Amino acid sequence: MTDVNVIINEKIEKFGKERQALMPILQGIVADKNYITEDELLLVAETLDLSAADVYGTATFYTFLDVVPRGKYVIRVCKTISCHMAGKDQIIDTLEKTLSIKLGETTTDKKFTLLQANCMGWCHKGPVMLINDEVYPELTPEKAIAIIAEYIAK
Amino acid sequence: MKDKKLTKVDLIFENDGTCATTVLDKVRAMAQDDVIMEMIDSGLKGRGGAGFPTGLKWKFTKAENSFDKYIVCNADEGEPGTFKDREILDTVPEKVFVGMTIAGYSVGAKIGYLYIRAEYNFLLKKLNQKLDAFNVKIKDKGFDFTIEIRSGAGAYICGEESALFESIEGKRGEPRNKPPYPTVAGLFGKPTAINNVETLVYATMIMKYGAASFKLMGTQDSRGSKVFSVSGDTPNAGIYELELGMTVEDFVNDFGDGDTKAVQVGGASGICVPRKKFADMIIGYEGVPTGGSMMLFNSTRSMYNVLKDYLEFFAEESCGQCTPCRIGCQQLLQGIEAVKRGEKHPSYLDSLKKLAETMKLSAKCGLGQSVANPFSSIVDNFREEIIY
Ligand SMILES: Cc1cc2nc3c(=O)[nH]c(=O)nc-3n(C[C@H](O)[C@H](O)[C@H](O)COP(=O)(O)O)c2cc1C
Ligand code: SF4
Ligand code: FES
Repeated sequence: MTDVNVIINEKIEKFGKERQALMPILQGIVADKNYITEDELLLVAETLDLSAADVYGTATFYTFLDVVPRGKYVIRVCKTISCHMAGKDQIIDTLEKTLSIKLGETTTDKKFTLLQANCMGWCHKGPVMLINDEVYPELTPEKAIAIIAEYIAK
Repeated sequence: MKDKKLTKVDLIFENDGTCATTVLDKVRAMAQDDVIMEMIDSGLKGRGGAGFPTGLKWKFTKAENSFDKYIVCNADEGEPGTFKDREILDTVPEKVFVGMTIAGYSVGAKIGYLYIRAEYNFLLKKLNQKLDAFNVKIKDKGFDFTIEIRSGAGAYICGEESALFESIEGKRGEPRNKPPYPTVAGLFGKPTAINNVETLVYATMIMKYGAASFKLMGTQDSRGSKVFSVSGDTPNAGIYELELGMTVEDFVNDFGDGDTKAVQVGGASGICVPRKKFADMIIGYEGVPTGGSMMLFNSTRSMYNVLKDYLEFFAEESCGQCTPCRIGCQQLLQGIEAVKRGEKHPSYLDSLKKLAETMKLSAKCGLGQSVANPFSSIVDNFREEIIY
């Protein structure tokens, strides 16, 4: 993990110390640390000279800018219509059993968080899930178990 | 009018390797107004859903007197059932960059932003590499234009143009009041031409082959071809470029599974076409317009579940800024659930339809305004499935 100051400075160098640097900074923190802590939000606010409420309000608007603790691997299963018809419920059941958590929860070892999300642009190959930025289309329960096993081994 | 049959086209994904260079050289040698005239003449309308004539959008942006102007490529692609922009960016990204450059040259913009949804982060590495080379290439060719990439963070509403601008500016993605339109005051308050990924690739192809050949395809109101994202109950799910002007029936004959009872044209915010209307309904601006999402449902599907899925989507993705949409989406969802459970009389559906119509008139942006499309078309055509 990178020091949060390093991430902030890197983004400011690229995007300037203006408001438009806010999204890239928050995205950078999530990419490195999976979620943004309260202290980090305060630090970002101070650095960009914005109110803490404004930064918090912006972060919480976006589902990918998590401000609650998340595991190292955030699993997002598509729940929208085409994936629903293709069997996303079975995939979620399988993942819940495999990871011993419910939707919305994080494993005790902080490795996995299981979430649902809306259409991710793979409707012809549903059901589909994202693990962090990685896409896994055309899932079956067996495939989902195998993919999780790979991540557990990492 | 029903003379068009289903015809496959290969323009968007055509990949001859030299396209970028030939088109850029050709455009560089033309006057800005001539490029815009060619676009107007082609009849190309925006492929992101709203269908505004692209040439006119560029003309309005050029007409504004401002030192700073911007081009934005909308790659937020959040409409359920749409996945063609991902494929375009994955396979022919350079043609998207060329389209942005043509737009920039025509309107006098020096910076172009490609706003891409977070779900497509996996494309970023490749896109950035290609883009670095491309930015150098256009400088060498004498274009005063640079393209940068900005990422979304999981919000469907950021596909709405003014919400997208807010997002690039580092704010909550809440749509703005219109007017002013983006061509007058868009990104950072400056004149901005914003186009969908596919629209920009068509711009590239129109400059390559000329407006005349593009115009030969399609109909009076819907010129050219379009990329369709086909999903649901079909043996042929995938991405297809088809000439515009076919009927839903033509489409179902090719893509259906023999038991198609309805096609949702245009995604969750689009219109549900039931079997009895397949033969007369043209896919295009004269019938059902679409950003490309075509979802097929066969007789095993409950249209109640389909509508409920859509309403859940809208209730979650509503930005919450205006009351008709924030409350309306929830009430529509709770309303059909109550009718289903028998807690409300079936005639309550008519009150809900009125609510959806009110949202069309009073919601601030296209999200809230378009919920009536799926709601009324599903309730009208599949009322028994909603009630029982
Ligand atoms: C809720 C909502 C979501 C939208 N999402 C997208 C999108 O993901 N991609 C897109 O190109 N246009 C989207 N649009 C349409 C844009 O606001 C805009 O009209 C379009 O980007 C213009 O490009 P075009 O003229 O090339 O179609 C959306 C509109 C609304 C109201
Ligand atoms: S219509 Fe819905 S999405 Fe649009 S501004 Fe209003 S609340 Fe936000
Ligand atoms: S519905 Fe799941 S990716 Fe589109």
